[in-house]
Amino acid sequence: MGMNAIEKILARRSGRDVVKPGDVVVVKVDTAVSFDAGRMNIKKIHDPDMLVMLHDHVVPAPTLNAANGAKSMREFVAKFGIKNYFPVGRHGISHVLVAEEGLALPGNILVNGDSHTCSSGALNCLARGMGPSEMIHVMCKGKTWFIAGPTTKIVLEGDLPEGVYPRDVIHYIAGQYGDFAGRNLEWYGSGLDKIGMDGRLTMATISAELSVEFSLFPYDKVLADYLDGRAKRPFEPSLPDDDAEYEQVITINLSELEPQVVLPNKVAWNAKPISEVAGKRVDQAFMGSCANGRLSDFKIAADIVRGKKVADGTRFIVTPGSQEVMRQAVKAGYVETLLEAGAVVTNSTCGACYGGHMGLLADGEVCITASTRNFKGRMGSSKAEIYMGSPATVAASAIAGVITDPRKV
Amino acid sequence: MSNKKVTGRVWKFGSDINTDLVIPNFAIYLPRNEQPQHCFVANRPGWVDEVQPGDILIAGTNFGVGSGRPIGDVFVDLGVAAVVAESFNGLGLRNCINAGLASLPCRGILDAFDEGDIAEIDWGTGEVRNLTKGTSITGQALPQELQSIVEDGGVEVMLRKEGYLA
Repeated sequence: MGMNAIEKILARRSGRDVVKPGDVVVVKVDTAVSFDAGRMNIKKIHDPDMLVMLHDHVVPAPTLNAANGAKSMREFVAKFGIKNYFPVGRHGISHVLVAEEGLALPGNILVNGDSHTCSSGALNCLARGMGPSEMIHVMCKGKTWFIAGPTTKIVLEGDLPEGVYPRDVIHYIAGQYGDFAGRNLEWYGSGLDKIGMDGRLTMATISAELSVEFSLFPYDKVLADYLDGRAKRPFEPSLPDDDAEYEQVITINLSELEPQVVLPNKVAWNAKPISEVAGKRVDQAFMGSCANGRLSDFKIAADIVRGKKVADGTRFIVTPGSQEVMRQAVKAGYVETLLEAGAVVTNSTCGACYGGHMGLLADGEVCITASTRNFKGRMGSSKAEIYMGSPATVAASAIAGVITDPRKV
Repeated sequence: MSNKKVTGRVWKFGSDINTDLVIPNFAIYLPRNEQPQHCFVANRPGWVDEVQPGDILIAGTNFGVGSGRPIGDVFVDLGVAAVVAESFNGLGLRNCINAGLASLPCRGILDAFDEGDIAEIDWGTGEVRNLTKGTSITGQALPQELQSIVEDGGVEVMLRKEGYLA
């Protein structure tokens, strides 16, 4: 019996011949990403070159606490000679940055103290988030453990209709199949051929909301082209054996999908076709985060708001996922288009996605967002409601002032 | 092994209990000793004043979904002796194990208990007894390697013992 692509990476990095569901494996980690400088009481580290350090959640520092945290990270970087450090000015959200910088690579194992680390699965990189103490463990020892889970194969077929985006695909899966706690997703199918890296990164990122262990995309031409001239090291992609084992196969015909909106407070089993929620008044629309803060997202939003105005009584906040996205979005004119429509385009940061240091929701407000999470209190008040949609749904809703089907604008 | 057995009063929670309910966003950057008092303030205000050291938390599916916030630390600080859930989010489970918190996935746990019942959890074998009702149910004990982390008091305790931390 063969192994799937995830099991093959686990086997390779744990020194085993075979890995099957239920196995606990201790693996060597290729890359550890840290944005947290709060608990840097480490005396010795395993390998400075496996570390990537950056500032993303609260940047530039809005509080003295954050400023002191950033300072302690700079001291850590200097003390241990961390080469892959991204200071303010070259900053970005960790998951956006490691893709852009060619640091998340096929067949590698990458960990990060943030839950949306599965984002790098779009790069055929086995990646997952960890808590702060476990990140320290990896920094010290260069290894970690995983429980190999059963894997679902997602097969995408056909083409996405106009107005429907990769974000809607992952919402559809959440709504139809719920959570995948303790399980993995591997993505294949001819439908992937026309989904670029930005869209794949969106789906891989939101896999965290489906509680997956790992979400892994194939190494194909789209990914190979993306990594050409970008990858910082040689790599060995992971493809499944012909007789690989999957717990189930879910086939989705993309051409049949419509925009999907996630209702407030949780993601699993909580997405609906947009027709069921259209018309709901929104106080704030937000697009950004590691899910939808990339150049393609800016293009989608700019194309929708061009020549129009954000509705009275609605705020539209747009946050690029990195300085590089900001630079390209300015160059392409997307930022100007958004500003002319009355949107606020902010500095690159996690920011409003987690109610960090800007763009918070007041009591009783309603938000439509293309960011990562809709939990109660996530973006400010626990009395606010957070709906999630694609960048197109968010932009269309910002213009209309109510949740709006982007196919109808 | 008796050292993997805990007995305590049960608090029941539903499915999809997420990290942001355990550590609300406004509490993320507070000192660790100030975080636990905000646990479940959005979904069950006042709970932190009622929970007692040795109590056991029981929850539905997908427990701990969400961010990397160290939810296990909060429960340990509140004195929670064990968490038993129908299923765990992987990151939530890691954060419980790494905090040295006894954790047990157990299908059927929600139906087996009413709030306030007394539970006896053997997280080494997975056996769960409802001492109030006189019933029992078996969960899926964590692999031995992971039980060891809990036994040792969590990952930071281990690293400190091994001289990695100041």
